Amino acid sequence: MREIEFDVVVKAVKDMIMHCGTDLPQDTYDALEKAMEEEKSPVSKEVIRQLLENATIAKNEKRPLCQDTGLAVFFVNVGEEVRINGGLLRDAINKGTEQGYTEGFLRASTCEPFSRLNLKDSVGYNLPAIIHFDIVKGDKIDIEYAAKGGGSENVSRARVFPPAAGKDGIVAYVKEVISDAGGNPCPPITVGVGIGGTFEKAVISSKHALFRDLETENADPEMAELEARMLTEINNLGIGAMGMGGTKTALAVHIEANPCHIASLPVSVNVQCHSSRHTHITI
Amino acid sequence: MATYSLTTPLTSEDTKQLKAGDTVLLNGTIFTARDAAHSRLVALIEEGKELPFDLEGSVIYFVGPTPPKPGDPIGSAGPTTSYRMDSFSPTMLKNGSKGMIGKGGRSQEVKEACVAYDGIYFGATGGAGALLGKQIKSAEVIAYPELGPEAVRKITVEDFPVTVVNDTQGNDLYQMGREQYEVKN
Repeated sequence: MREIEFDVVVKAVKDMIMHCGTDLPQDTYDALEKAMEEEKSPVSKEVIRQLLENATIAKNEKRPLCQDTGLAVFFVNVGEEVRINGGLLRDAINKGTEQGYTEGFLRASTCEPFSRLNLKDSVGYNLPAIIHFDIVKGDKIDIEYAAKGGGSENVSRARVFPPAAGKDGIVAYVKEVISDAGGNPCPPITVGVGIGGTFEKAVISSKHALFRDLETENADPEMAELEARMLTEINNLGIGAMGMGGTKTALAVHIEANPCHIASLPVSVNVQCHSSRHTHITI
Repeated sequence: MATYSLTTPLTSEDTKQLKAGDTVLLNGTIFTARDAAHSRLVALIEEGKELPFDLEGSVIYFVGPTPPKPGDPIGSAGPTTSYRMDSFSPTMLKNGSKGMIGKGGRSQEVKEACVAYDGIYFGATGGAGALLGKQIKSAEVIAYPELGPEAVRKITVEDFPVTVVNDTQGNDLYQMGREQYEVKN
């Protein structure tokens, strides 16, 4: 059984959070640059140019890319042959989150659901982190992290269709969700689509789909084709960057599909803003 | 589409010349308020009580900034989604406010209030918080510090870049832009 020190995990999580707050991942930067070249609307082109300039300022001056530095979301794959020495893995991730948001001068956006009060001041409290654990083979811990903003989360939706809805029904639904969202989720967006499983499995899959690098193709050719079809339909909506009108509403559509009940076809659409801040580390 | 440079507080003369799609560089004092602050401000108006700042000609920025680094007036400060303020904005406009800065579409009631009270809804680039934060030269919390990032701040801006989304004639840039680029199947 391999042992990893509690503080090693804390430090790794803190570093990921601080880095993601100010440095736009290369895949996101490249996708925005390509979108700027291809965008037909001069207004939307200018918006994307501002986003790239913003990314450069943020990186060089270590300023947060966006004031919405998100809730911290993690997908953690824990090897069966590894244990944490000195505490619980969950506590280490939460401690790293608090340190990352504090030391990085990132906004704590967590509040109580009804009082709407932040339990501490703006600095230092963004807990608890949202953590999804899985157990895998091996003696390593793989931690995927994303800073998830509120504007794009607010337009996300899920629905359980009858199986007869099929691909056409799902494409129409995704298009409806993005059309209703308009400029609110800060396009050009990435669209995570979770298909199948149970209700909650579809939702979690749609979230995890957003962690995939933007330049990567879906390994399943049938899903890759469906992603391409959805992307075309979404870009035909004309929403454009920040809703100003244009041809690049989405940078990518990512699907994660699962087997489901014979009676059901669950679908979840999770939207990610243009500031797709995600990374991962293996310890 | 023209470019204007305007200094707050804004007058009806300032706002009525603007058309959806125009670029404006804002200068002077503006006030920040999001959901929780709007709820409190509108309650004060309805109770006939004094507000923490003068609404006349004011521009309200929907923003919850990141904490400032030592030596900086403010952290990153881009707009938040505006529809959450839709139920409050008509009251703010009716009582003298002339401008709002945010991102995303507004309700019919807000658009009508812009026409009725010479108000403008400006869009700033969402997610460009580092770039926009640099145009803010000073910041001071003037009300509701317990709301943290949602407190009301008085900020001074220089050449703060915004686009006119809803003008005083009822035009909507989002609608116009989308109609131009939509591909119908």
